[in-house]
Amino acid sequence: MHIINLMSEALQYGFMQRAILVGVLIAICSALLGIFLVLKKFSMIGDGLAHVSFATVAIALLLNTSPLFVSIPVVIVASLAILRLNEKANLHGDAAIGLISSFSVAFGVLIASVSQGFNVDLFSFLFGSILLISQSDVWLSLILATVVIITVVYFYNDLFAITHDESFASVMGINTKRMNSLIAVLTAVTIVLGIRVVGTMLISSMIIFPTVTALQISKSFKSTILISAIVSVASVLIGVIGSFVFNLPSGASIVMVNAMFFLIALIIKRLR
Amino acid sequence: MNQQIEVSNLIVRYGHHLVLDRVTFSIKKGDYIGLVGANGSGKTTLVKALLGLVPIEQGIIKFENSTLKKGYLPQIALTNDSLFPAEVKEIVGIGLLSDKKRPKIINKEDQKKIDDILERLNIMPLKNKRIGDLSGGQQQRVLLARAMVNKPEVLILDEPTSALDPRVREDFYKLIHEINTIDGTTIVLVSHDLGSVQKYAKKMLVLDREVVFYDEVSKFTSSFGHDHFHLDGEA
Repeated sequence: MHIINLMSEALQYGFMQRAILVGVLIAICSALLGIFLVLKKFSMIGDGLAHVSFATVAIALLLNTSPLFVSIPVVIVASLAILRLNEKANLHGDAAIGLISSFSVAFGVLIASVSQGFNVDLFSFLFGSILLISQSDVWLSLILATVVIITVVYFYNDLFAITHDESFASVMGINTKRMNSLIAVLTAVTIVLGIRVVGTMLISSMIIFPTVTALQISKSFKSTILISAIVSVASVLIGVIGSFVFNLPSGASIVMVNAMFFLIALIIKRLR
Repeated sequence: MNQQIEVSNLIVRYGHHLVLDRVTFSIKKGDYIGLVGANGSGKTTLVKALLGLVPIEQGIIKFENSTLKKGYLPQIALTNDSLFPAEVKEIVGIGLLSDKKRPKIINKEDQKKIDDILERLNIMPLKNKRIGDLSGGQQQRVLLARAMVNKPEVLILDEPTSALDPRVREDFYKLIHEINTIDGTTIVLVSHDLGSVQKYAKKMLVLDREVVFYDEVSKFTSSFGHDHFHLDGEA
């Protein structure tokens, strides 16, 4: 009874309402994109871009400006750079991501070390803090998440085709390079929006976990996306409310719930 | 008769490596070309060039018309990945995307086309199965359905039987032969299986970076015999 009271109390707070709204939007975006990234063996792009966003947050705090406005353009450029490096420099995708992410973290740490005073803020971006979500963040998230969702739905069949077989998709007249760039840009936007809720260290898990969970039990491409979205949204709801009730960090709680869903799916798969 | 595809002086290079050297040949509507050659002779590159998948350094590939419908069955069955979460009907539907305008929705009419091709290739019972759960032969038929669902005028197959056992392989060749003779679809078949190519193809194109032989299969047999041509490049 006490827990139920705490849960209903949690929903009274503005910051919780904002966290849940933004969290659910990120959950849907990351589930929609996760399947393409995981199946194209590019899932660590989320991790790499999260590290880049760490550096951009450090820059934004140094300049005393909104991290979202600094992060979005820089992380979009980084996502396209990773794609190009992967295609042209004879580097493996993972190595390209490793190069950019380690450089970004080093850059962020250097800025943090020479600029005293914002280390506490930076820490909250590392692991997420729902208290950081402002009303303007909610509006920006709402607009950008809507753009991400509509874009994925609009290009769904093209994205499905390039994920299954790029050569055949090309024969079907699909511009595979453009579609790969689209995935990278949408992922960049989702990552930046998500660092408020789960932090730069954990955001890639929101892209990978729900999809890998869905892959254990799904049969079709569409059902994978649907199950992934349900798991992702449920993880955010349980994680955010649970973090309030049990006084735990929100980002880590969301990831733990995601891990729990993954284990359940694994058990269901074994039992079949 | 007009040529459906004309290739003249085609040169393709990967970096400094010359893969195709002044390749010239033409294909008529309804032809069945067996494209053979040793490993590294440029077969796959040639079909990729025909499909616009690799940049060409020099030469011309001319099609009868700009809207010539091409079907493609690639060399590797990518769907061997048993984790790929897609049903057969979803995979086959990809073959309909070339004619569609965005948002490229697969509608009821398309579902009918998918059903028709699955029926034609005797794989209707697989329609709702997950592609990764199928055998190699079944997967290959699904990919053939994907290549054919849009009724292509030219069907290009790159070593489609390399992963199949001999019985399934023979069935597959018969099916391709039927598609050529009954539908009139032009076939370009890359294969290491010289015996089957000689049995079913109308013309033989032997490639070794350049065209070594291109004529009727009967002329190939009279020139090289059945047993004296090896795909390690020695004739």
